[in-house]
Amino acid sequence: MQFQKPAGPNPTDRQRVLGKPTPRIDGPAKTTGTATYAYEFNDVAPNLAYGYILGAGVAKGRITSMDVAAAKKSAGVLDVVTYKNAGEVKNSDFNTAPLLAGPDVTHYHQAVAMVVAETFEQARAAASLIKVGYQKADGAYELAERKDSASVPKDDADTRTGDYETAFANAPVKVDVTYTTPAHAHAMMEPHATIALWEDGNLTLWSANQMIEWGKQSVATALGLDPSKVRMISPYIGGGFGGKLFIRADAVLAAIGARLTGRPVKVALQRPLVFNNTVHRPATIQRITLGAGEEGKLLAIGHENWSGNLEGGDAEQSPAATRPSYAAANRLAVTKLAVLDLPEGNAMRAPGDAPGSMTIEAAMDELAHELGLDPIELRAINDTQVHPESGKPFSRRKLMDCYREGASRFGWSKRSMEPGKVRDGDEWVGMGVASAIRGAPVMTSAARVSLRGDGSVLVETDMTDIGTGSYTILGQTAAEMLGVPLERVEVRLGDSNFPVSAGSGGQWGATSSTSGVYAACNQLRTAIANAVGVDANAATFADGRVSAGGEAFDLTEAGALTETGEVTFGGRGDEHEYFTFGAHFVELGVNAYTAEIRLRRMLAVCDAGRIFNPTSAKNQVMGGMTMGAGAALLEELVVDPRYGFFANHDLAQYEVPVHADIPQQEVIFLDGEDPLASPMKGSGVGELGICGPSAAIANAVFNATGIRVRDYPITMEKLLPRMPTV
Amino acid sequence: MKSFTYERPDSPEAAVKAYQRARGARYIAGGTNLLDLMKLEIERPAHLIDVNRIGLKKIEETDEGGLRIGALVTNTALAGDERVRRDYGVLTRAIVAGATGQLRNKATTGGNLLQQTRCPYFYDTNMPCNRREAGSGCAALEGHSRMLAVVGTTDACIAQNPSDMNVAMRVLDAEVEVLGPKGARSIPIEAFHLLPDEEPPVKEFALRPGELITAVTLPPPVGGKHVYRKVRDRASYAFAVVSVAAILQEDGTGRVALGGVAPKPWRRPEADAALPKGSKAVADVLFADARPTDDNAFKLPLAERAIAAVLADAQR
Ligand SMILES: Cc1cc2nc3c(=O)[nH]c(=O)nc-3n(C[C@H](O)[C@H](O)[C@H](O)COP(=O)(O)OP(=O)(O)OC[C@H]3O[C@@H](n4cnc5c(N)ncnc54)[C@H](O)[C@@H]3O)c2cc1C
Ligand code: SF4
Repeated sequence: MQFQKPAGPNPTDRQRVLGKPTPRIDGPAKTTGTATYAYEFNDVAPNLAYGYILGAGVAKGRITSMDVAAAKKSAGVLDVVTYKNAGEVKNSDFNTAPLLAGPDVTHYHQAVAMVVAETFEQARAAASLIKVGYQKADGAYELAERKDSASVPKDDADTRTGDYETAFANAPVKVDVTYTTPAHAHAMMEPHATIALWEDGNLTLWSANQMIEWGKQSVATALGLDPSKVRMISPYIGGGFGGKLFIRADAVLAAIGARLTGRPVKVALQRPLVFNNTVHRPATIQRITLGAGEEGKLLAIGHENWSGNLEGGDAEQSPAATRPSYAAANRLAVTKLAVLDLPEGNAMRAPGDAPGSMTIEAAMDELAHELGLDPIELRAINDTQVHPESGKPFSRRKLMDCYREGASRFGWSKRSMEPGKVRDGDEWVGMGVASAIRGAPVMTSAARVSLRGDGSVLVETDMTDIGTGSYTILGQTAAEMLGVPLERVEVRLGDSNFPVSAGSGGQWGATSSTSGVYAACNQLRTAIANAVGVDANAATFADGRVSAGGEAFDLTEAGALTETGEVTFGGRGDEHEYFTFGAHFVELGVNAYTAEIRLRRMLAVCDAGRIFNPTSAKNQVMGGMTMGAGAALLEELVVDPRYGFFANHDLAQYEVPVHADIPQQEVIFLDGEDPLASPMKGSGVGELGICGPSAAIANAVFNATGIRVRDYPITMEKLLPRMPTV
Repeated sequence: MKSFTYERPDSPEAAVKAYQRARGARYIAGGTNLLDLMKLEIERPAHLIDVNRIGLKKIEETDEGGLRIGALVTNTALAGDERVRRDYGVLTRAIVAGATGQLRNKATTGGNLLQQTRCPYFYDTNMPCNRREAGSGCAALEGHSRMLAVVGTTDACIAQNPSDMNVAMRVLDAEVEVLGPKGARSIPIEAFHLLPDEEPPVKEFALRPGELITAVTLPPPVGGKHVYRKVRDRASYAFAVVSVAAILQEDGTGRVALGGVAPKPWRRPEADAALPKGSKAVADVLFADARPTDDNAFKLPLAERAIAAVLADAQR
């Protein structure tokens, strides 16, 4: 089905199952340990062997020698995979760095070998016996050093509106600030993991992967296989955050190891490898320029961004956060990319928007302070119902409603306009706000929905659930459409044998995949009506029955039926812009002695039209806020430019927030619907929560102390020199 | 991880004998530190002697009026002991400021005394590290050293002792009792952790080969207000950037030791004596010979301010 906007009245309007706070239907399986993750499919083949990957010990250079003899002789070892015996490993379009090094090494901890052995311990022991000689090459690792060499990447022309230079030069009030954000790790709980099994030339991979179809295609490309010979299965994923959008070394090396040994092989990346072997959110340098009139009206907005990546890699699109944000007739957005020899930079939760919001939303706070305006007032003055570049109206933009609701709930009026004035015990206390703005894209998505003979329903799609709640909202969608209770719906996900969905990424998953199920259910409703002989257009589905024209039939009377449907969204963006919005509120204390920053309260008021499941949506926004708190206060992949690697490559050193860091956290959604967005009349919020909270924290730190730190994360040593003496 | 053999003796004496019999042996208690190091190929013992069934799990009162803490008493049990909470509050506070409940349930008193540094280069076997491989160099010296020591270091090694418990033990003047192939002896805590020499190897502990920690004794309680202030980036489950253990008397005298700033819990008698003069005087003494890196120089003013916080707190 082609989505025709606006969506008219449809069965999802009933909101009997959809829209109700619903605990995850996969929750009991997860809490009882019966949800099977990629590494745990121990029963799929009787004689699983174990792979253990050895990462490169240098960041850039050439392998000059590799002695695997001792490893091969080590107890239990079946084989050692290296570039010499792996056969050709092609790079798919989704990977920049080769997944197997040799003879060239392009980043630290790139896989140079994998031992396959009878047990995990044997494989690990043998891996330590491999001797690799390297000829090291000079590399570039520091963005600041390479900034001047950066250029505009091929697909990213600057965007300009009006006459930015003149408008900024003549603006009565100016902010011109440069911020930096460091590289971030996805730091998901489940490391990348795969089991590979060959049967008659067909390859099955149980692999932790967010995008089944892309994963399947990439594996086929990497190994030179026909895609029809590859099956990828990924029913449960222990967090991805973008780190599992694309296949990584575990998938390809498991497949090669299995081919070489004739055994199914399972591989998980050991934790230290996850940081340098896989991908990260690149560091950025960002210059924000804001020119305003005395009364706060923005005249010029500029956002220039520098990031680095391996040759051929993508740029971090931080200006994406500024482009739809606030009205100003004169605008500049520039993205520049330098070549760095660090591990591959790639998408992490709200790529572009997350680091971009860390700077534009803090710079807006700086401007508000310059103008002596309340920062919410400044946003109100510059709010817009049309996209400031394209001029198209937003399908729905309730940004200021979010601020108003949040301000009254949070007690914003108690905030001191003057920074560094509120003291509570040993802490300076401050409040901050920032906008949450994130695109609401969609992708084609298909699903197969079956009515079984007993009246129960089965949903099958290759959509993934990376902890987001996909199982539940897809089940709710089918239950609503077919008039059955949620308990009567079984949802099966993450298998490339199922119809191709949108997958989990870019906040498009929830909107697209529920719409795909909606499309399939519509077809199934017609098939059911036809089967029992009622008029499909007049039929209503409720309480396990279909009725029309005074007649009612139990669904079991329709017999077993299956329909595969697909939603496409062509033309959706022709007349409107699609975004989700929210407002973040933060209160925190800064210790007057030690400059330790301790959050007291976080609140996000969000709007995305209809919320499919308030429970999982809230969970998603909270997770985003938590990651945003990490980015503001803790998280930094520390580059050691001498060795060209991220030095703090484990979870004891790369600290992410824990419960004690956020004692009180609340998420509220506005009511309403967005019929222009999708047949579901709403959008997903998986990335909305991480856009803005870091800046709200930075702004609260300023409000508490009068100190503006433009170099994230805001750690105690950056505040200390400017703190009042004690 | 290298293959290893394993045994579980049933007395301290049998454990020491086992050590003498085997080559490349290590004792293992809670395993929360040693197992991680083995998985990373940093420790490669050929034989593990599991000391969890040798007894030494009691906390007893000594004839002098102090406490004798068995080496296998868990951090949780030690922190929760009524006598410790009443008379040695700084110890309880230090322990519960460390790690997590799960780790403290496994971690033992002996193992905590011997826990390894958290230097990032120590944990990556591709990197030079004198502590791990004598003579390979010290990658931290000009590298990522934010968390590392600022005083008591040499160019051979600038790693910090990351323990919270040890700082409290130091301020309490604990003694470490050991049993070795040559018999039993007692080591004052101040002499237990070593500072690095100018040249590698980096010697870390005053233990001789095969010596087993059997107990830690605390002298009779000294009263006063017991404070442990841990400064950290994350509110919980994070190692100290700096920490302050102090016992403060009403007349302004007392004892103070710092964690996170040196290869051992950092205390000086002259610093104790300077307590009535305030935080600057104390910090000046403690950091008289400081040699921080650019990365961690902030620990000097930070520690001084943390001492000030502790002194202010004691006056409330
Ligand atoms: C993620 C994480 C976070 C942590 N955070 C903190 C923190 O914030 N603060 C803090 O203080 N600590 C922290 N720790 C460290 C923790 O306190 C130590 O790992 C623990 O105390 C070690 O005790 P164990 O019994 O497990 O020692 P083991 O791992 O069993 O042994 C450690 C060492 O001691 C030796 N050993 C053990 N017992 C004896 C004995 N009786 N005689 C002689 N040798 C012995 C072993 O051979 C080994 O070399 C953390 C640890 C982890 C893993
Ligand atoms: S500081 Fe010590 S532990 Fe760290 S690299 Fe240097 S020698 Fe190794």
